[in-house]
Amino acid sequence: MRAVALSAKPAQRRAAKALPPLPRFRAPLVFGLIALLFGGLVVRSLYLQWIDNEFLQEQGSSRYSREIELPAHRGRIVDRFGEALAISTPVKSIWAFPAKTEATPEQLVALGKLLETPPQALAKKLSDGGDFVFLARQVPPEVADRIALLKIKGVHDQNEYRRFYPGGETTSHILGFTGDHDTGQEGIELAQQEWLGGKPGSRRVIINRRGDVVEDVEAIRAPQAGRDLALAIDTRLQYLAFRDLKAAVEANKAKAGGLVILDVQSGEILALANWPTYNPNARNRVAREKMRNRALTDVFEPGSTMKPFTIASALEAGKVNPGTIIQTAPGTLTIGPNTIHDAHPNGALTVEQVIQKSSNVGAAKIALSLPPETLWRTLADAGFGTPPKTGFPGEVAGRLRPAKTWKPIEQATMAYGHGISVNLVQLARGYTVFATEGELKPATLFKASGPVAGRPVMKPETAHAVRRMLEMAVQTGGTAPRAQVTGYRVGGKTGTAHKLEGRGYGNKYVSSFVGFAPVSNPRLVVAVMIDEPSAGQYYGGAVAAPVFSGVMGSALRMLGVPTDAPVDNVILPPDGFEIDEET
Amino acid sequence: MLRLNLLLLAALVACALSLVTSRHQARKLFVELERAQAMARSYETEYGQLELEQSTWAMPARTEKIAREQLKMQLPGPGRVEIISGGGAR
Repeated sequence: MRAVALSAKPAQRRAAKALPPLPRFRAPLVFGLIALLFGGLVVRSLYLQWIDNEFLQEQGSSRYSREIELPAHRGRIVDRFGEALAISTPVKSIWAFPAKTEATPEQLVALGKLLETPPQALAKKLSDGGDFVFLARQVPPEVADRIALLKIKGVHDQNEYRRFYPGGETTSHILGFTGDHDTGQEGIELAQQEWLGGKPGSRRVIINRRGDVVEDVEAIRAPQAGRDLALAIDTRLQYLAFRDLKAAVEANKAKAGGLVILDVQSGEILALANWPTYNPNARNRVAREKMRNRALTDVFEPGSTMKPFTIASALEAGKVNPGTIIQTAPGTLTIGPNTIHDAHPNGALTVEQVIQKSSNVGAAKIALSLPPETLWRTLADAGFGTPPKTGFPGEVAGRLRPAKTWKPIEQATMAYGHGISVNLVQLARGYTVFATEGELKPATLFKASGPVAGRPVMKPETAHAVRRMLEMAVQTGGTAPRAQVTGYRVGGKTGTAHKLEGRGYGNKYVSSFVGFAPVSNPRLVVAVMIDEPSAGQYYGGAVAAPVFSGVMGSALRMLGVPTDAPVDNVILPPDGFEIDEET
Repeated sequence: MLRLNLLLLAALVACALSLVTSRHQARKLFVELERAQAMARSYETEYGQLELEQSTWAMPARTEKIAREQLKMQLPGPGRVEIISGGGAR
């Protein structure tokens, strides 16, 4: 270049002379190429603008728009008067990315104080690695707000719901509980998940650089709050039932117990208590054993509480009438290799007295006078052998074997409630047949709007006759004088069943009592079951009947049911008097 | 012609300014709406909590405890009850 510059003029002249003229197509070629490039750009931009625009659109919108979740809370469960039994309230969970967390020791101390955990434990959680760790679950929103004010890098919170049960252990078996994300896991919470569960919605919004929402773009999904559910439970009766049952189980050193109160007119379950129980608000490390709703998911051999059905079957078939004499002497009845005993032998008894004295031999003799199908039909009509369909998940049907398979001894033992198994709700529901004009009411856990028609299964005269016998059973001379209630006429039947252990019957018992009141116009059925009482007493009349009396009396007074007897109606045998009672 | 153009220009500027103000208004109202909705949500939460509290206070177990222990109430025995039947009460 320098050589050229030094001799500029001669070179220029030489170049003008030596260079051939520009090819004619050069300019158009360059122009064409540039135009082509422009064309390419235009096509590309059109392509990106109109055809393949998704990627860029997404990238763009992610810089200013956000999809926000709109929470939908779970419906409440309320009792028959609208008193809350289960409510969800918002809480927050605190979580962190351990790798991205930078917390000063002071911050950790402050965080530990708010979460009520030692700072060392928090530090350990954060140093253990992993991508994601919950520091605390379900803390109150106020605490979460104060944690947010600490502004610890990498520590975040998220909204959740927590379910609270004000009734605690008294209502836990009916309601069940919810798990993560507030979905039902047990009991009514599980069965009614569809109804109670909310469906969260979401919407798209525009945010500014500080993250505040400045504009609504579109609602993607409207949130759908869960619906409220009204149960048939009466919180006051539920408490009474629970309190008295608990006291009875403890006083009798029993293994478990159950109590059911049914409304005779509607079949609604006004109370359903179980022991042992658990607190659903703090159910960490609760044994599954305690979570079972025994009144619906466990069966037992009912014992003598079945006798009224045997008698009703015979009355209905016209085989006997209440005054028919049955010879129960000498207190035993031998069928093939087996012998049925009366613990306290009686002589000749009327059919009424068979119930009043609870004679096994009498009941067995009456049962054997019937064709198996007839007895089976009565028991099946009273709801045994089929699930009670209360709306509770996992309820059992109990066992009522087909009549064709019955041997005579089985038919005889079934007469007094052995060789058949039932749950407590079935037993209570069965007694609605005697408490009404022979109608079996459907037992339900949900609130009904008024009287519910039952299924007629028995003649009204039969129901009345059995009702009278059941009233005799709680009066002087009967097996359960302690079931009497001040001011009300009551009727009911005791049951004391040997428990099946392995292949035979051992020395453990199930004591029960089922009854109704007031006899003149029954309003409530109460069924009590005490499993393995071991404080000396085990007869249903001594263990379960007093519980019935206490609960029935309080419940009738609380519901304002008019009395149908004078207040001095209770006649108890003198102290120390042994009541002759059968198992 | 020039006068018409100036007039149109003035109209354009006025429109543009009103757009700016209405946009600003819209933003402000939206922020207010947001705040109101957040408040509605928090009231709903509070309602739930209060209901829970009410339920907890009204639990029969607590009522009974207070009645028995603080107010020294008890069930009257059979001898102390008189039942008034008939009359206009029913």
